Amino acid sequence: MSNSDIILSLRGVERHYTQPVDLIGRVGRMLKGSDKPKSVQAVAGVDLDVVAGEVIGIVGESGCGKSTLGRMLTGILPPTAGDILYKGKAVDTLTGQARRDYELAVQMIFQDPFSSLNPRMRVIDIIGEAPVVHGMVRRGDRESFVVGLMRKVGLDPAYRFRYPHQFSGGQRQRIGVARALALNPSVIVCDEAVAALDVSIQAQVLNLFIALRREFGLTYFFISHNLGVVSHISDRVAIMYLGRIVELADTDSIFAAARHPYTQALIKELPALRIGQRQFDPIKGELPSPIDPPSGCPFHPRCPYAMDRCRVERPLLKPVDPARPMHLSACHLDDMETPMPEGAAHTDRAQAGHP
Amino acid sequence: MSDIVRDVGGEPMPGSVPGMTTEGLHVPAPPDAQAPEAGVIPAHESLWRVFVSQFFSSKLAVFGLILLVACIALAVFAPWIAPQNPFDIATLDILDSKMPPGSTNMDGSMTYWLGTDGQARDVFSAILYGMRISLFVGLVSVSVAFLIGATVGLISAYFGGRIDALLMRIVDIQLSFPSILVALILLAALGKGVDKVIYALIAVQWAYFARAARGAAIVERNREYVEAARSMSLSWHRILWRHVFPNCIPPLMVIATIDLAHAIALEATLSFLGVGVPVTEPSLGMLISNGFEFLLSGNYWISFFPGIALALVVIAINLVGDHLRDILNPRNEI
Amino acid sequence: MNANAPVLEDAPRLNGDAAARRADAGGTPERHADSGELLLDVQGLRTWFHTRDGVVKAVDGVSLQLRHGEILGLVGESGSGKSVTGFSLMKLVDPPGRMQADRLVFNGRDLQALDDEQYRQLRGRDMAMIFQDPMMTLNPVLRVDTQMIEAVQAHGRVSRKAARARSLEVLRMVGIPSPEDRLMVYPHHLSGGMRQRIAIAIALLNGPKMIIADEPTTALDVTIQGQILYEVQKLCREMGTALIWITHDLAVVSGLADRLAVMYAGRIVETGPTPVIVGAAQHPYTHGLIASIPSIHTRGRELFQIPGSTPSLLALPEGCPFRNRCYRATEQCRHDPVLEEIVPGHAASCWHKGLQS
Repeated sequence: MSNSDIILSLRGVERHYTQPVDLIGRVGRMLKGSDKPKSVQAVAGVDLDVVAGEVIGIVGESGCGKSTLGRMLTGILPPTAGDILYKGKAVDTLTGQARRDYELAVQMIFQDPFSSLNPRMRVIDIIGEAPVVHGMVRRGDRESFVVGLMRKVGLDPAYRFRYPHQFSGGQRQRIGVARALALNPSVIVCDEAVAALDVSIQAQVLNLFIALRREFGLTYFFISHNLGVVSHISDRVAIMYLGRIVELADTDSIFAAARHPYTQALIKELPALRIGQRQFDPIKGELPSPIDPPSGCPFHPRCPYAMDRCRVERPLLKPVDPARPMHLSACHLDDMETPMPEGAAHTDRAQAGHP
Repeated sequence: MSDIVRDVGGEPMPGSVPGMTTEGLHVPAPPDAQAPEAGVIPAHESLWRVFVSQFFSSKLAVFGLILLVACIALAVFAPWIAPQNPFDIATLDILDSKMPPGSTNMDGSMTYWLGTDGQARDVFSAILYGMRISLFVGLVSVSVAFLIGATVGLISAYFGGRIDALLMRIVDIQLSFPSILVALILLAALGKGVDKVIYALIAVQWAYFARAARGAAIVERNREYVEAARSMSLSWHRILWRHVFPNCIPPLMVIATIDLAHAIALEATLSFLGVGVPVTEPSLGMLISNGFEFLLSGNYWISFFPGIALALVVIAINLVGDHLRDILNPRNEI
Repeated sequence: MNANAPVLEDAPRLNGDAAARRADAGGTPERHADSGELLLDVQGLRTWFHTRDGVVKAVDGVSLQLRHGEILGLVGESGSGKSVTGFSLMKLVDPPGRMQADRLVFNGRDLQALDDEQYRQLRGRDMAMIFQDPMMTLNPVLRVDTQMIEAVQAHGRVSRKAARARSLEVLRMVGIPSPEDRLMVYPHHLSGGMRQRIAIAIALLNGPKMIIADEPTTALDVTIQGQILYEVQKLCREMGTALIWITHDLAVVSGLADRLAVMYAGRIVETGPTPVIVGAAQHPYTHGLIASIPSIHTRGRELFQIPGSTPSLLALPEGCPFRNRCYRATEQCRHDPVLEEIVPGHAASCWHKGLQS
């Protein structure tokens, strides 16, 4: 993986929210003598390289920060710390045309097909507005441009003058895809793009994503809570927990040899079509709140293998062993000499019925 | 913030129709029944047609609309309908003053259907011309207040922070004064005249629009289509006017309609008190005021009929506005 | 089609007996599954909505049977009528919807002969419902203990103390830690998973014979979903409560249910024991559903996609509603297919039913 292949890089990217305190609150705090206001770490430090042309899946549950991360990549939210690099250059330093190129190069497809399209705009405007505004398409060519795009995503161009509420959920997602494609992007961030769709429509849209990727050479940043969908479409998978990446590897490695206990739990929980009744053995505990994260490793309250060290020291994301530098995990178990993690993984996998 | 504040992540019900109420156990409309399959999209679903059909479902509202249209038509075509121009002194015959309704003038050429006032002006004609002034003042002031208020509200919502705090404090201060008091003070300073009244009414009304626009815009600002517009690097004013504003119109329309009635009534009050429109261009309120002194002496018609006319206009506007509020309720997802 | 056949997690067991399956999975065989006596017998359920635009046949001729303690998974996509079926059984359909059935017998009683008051007593005591959004069950302005005590006292003359004790017992059953604390809070203090657990607890308060669960875990995270599935499975085994689990997610329910029923456009297109449906489905729609599920095993291949989308319930094609999207459709499909038994316990509604070729 040479440097020229990396299209986007995240270095120590963080996003935290501080509760803004008004005058009365400030006075109250002064009187009480309490320290600085509460801050919520939505994304607590992410390092990631995205290779051009790959599909990288980001998996996690509520509060893990994956949606926030996607929005930071798209430029909707600025990071509160850290850098995003586009083609090797830090995005903050870009100005003028270069900045515009970056902004248009990363586009997003949203989760909710109902609210991601402006209900009072016609489809032709939804898709065709931005390219005309940015001078990519002449005003006179707008209609034919939109017609071509609609065909590409599998919509009948005859309906380009309709409003979004006249389309079904799957069709609206296609409109969202066309809108993103209209700006000729290099990277598309899919934020739970198929989560709200029925299974049969989901299959259509996933096939569309794959076909478009081949045709346009796109890179996907595929955010989802559904490990099944991610495993189908992604080349690499990053598992997030409480604002950090806890495991990062190519898809086959994650499924065959997950190292982090959270990843193992997710894989075990993964609803898979089964004939016999399942013996559920869920992981205990609630999802942590980003307002009050646990000390040390954020997963330790729910981890079946938690040690004393896990309560105190947060593990860093590093290669699981020198032989596999591309498989990263943030777990103290990797440092241990004994093969316990591997063995545990074997037991879990057998229970889940993996071959 | 959606990542953090939401405490249930994952998929919503696929294809679920928004509008599932939690009052009792109300079964939602059959899921996705209206959503068409690829290739078959019902043409009758256009927003306008849905709106019109919903509006016409209420007989009262339709009645109000007809009444309102009638009033506006009368006002617009007043010079052609009115038997007399009551403000052209040459046509007045002082001997015809205070004639009761139904009486005729000296040579029988004109019937005073609603009687005449103290200056021998035909009350019916005076009402027509007066309605003109009242509606004109109401419509202009509401339109301008709408534009000013919507602009302030949208900017306040979009930028948030200090700008929002500052603008909304001004709005709050404005709203904490009773509108009639503010209008009186302004008119005392500005003096008499139709245009001065319009300025005063604008000053009183813009704050309501600002607050409503801000509320609607804050909701819209957080929606994903606005995020999409931002990811496409559209300029802030384009997003505000082309994307956010059209979705804020429903609550503003409701306020505009109710406010129209309010403005007309307020103007009538001010004119009644003598600080509103000048005598030479009397509105309905001024007519009521003029006839007030004659009430006790039995010449009721000079005040009474303009009062009825005013009431009809206000009722018509309120009927329409009330039903609009029901239809444009965001839960109905127009 | 074969290339897209799913790789399944266990060796196929075509023995559909509920008790045997559960015994194999390690649970105690519960009491009623072999009784053969039906708890719920529904034939020809029809729920039509008479709207301004026409008649929407949300549920059009659905027949279900449920034995005591059995878990039935009702699977369908949006527009299939699965949720409306659940609401119809609880008689919670408001006008313009109208419900009728050829036969609707629950626990030996004909539900259609009951008046509103009798039905109200039935609901919450013998039949209970859990919704996708727990806030449909929980009142945001009442404390949890108030709501639970109210639910107990609505169905029996019980003292407040006894009702409270019952509430605590039920909260413990659904695996809520420190239930005394949980009783004293308002719903908005709790996370989504916790709220759903309380909603399930409320459903269990009066020991119902049947629970209808409408997408209860769809809005929850995967690990929380796992916890709730575990609790529900344990409870149904221990208390012998029958369960209808309504969902769009075939994978989730396949690990829990004894029997499955697949719905499309208001009708049941296939029903049978879970191992049979998952391993040897005969209706083309079921084939399509199973083959469209993405997983690590489908990587690198195009997913099988059922072409088109669900037809509008206002304009269903004549005959089989799946006709326009079916790979086996012929002229014969212009006539309504009937739900026919293939083997006892497994039925499909298709002229061309058969295993995936």
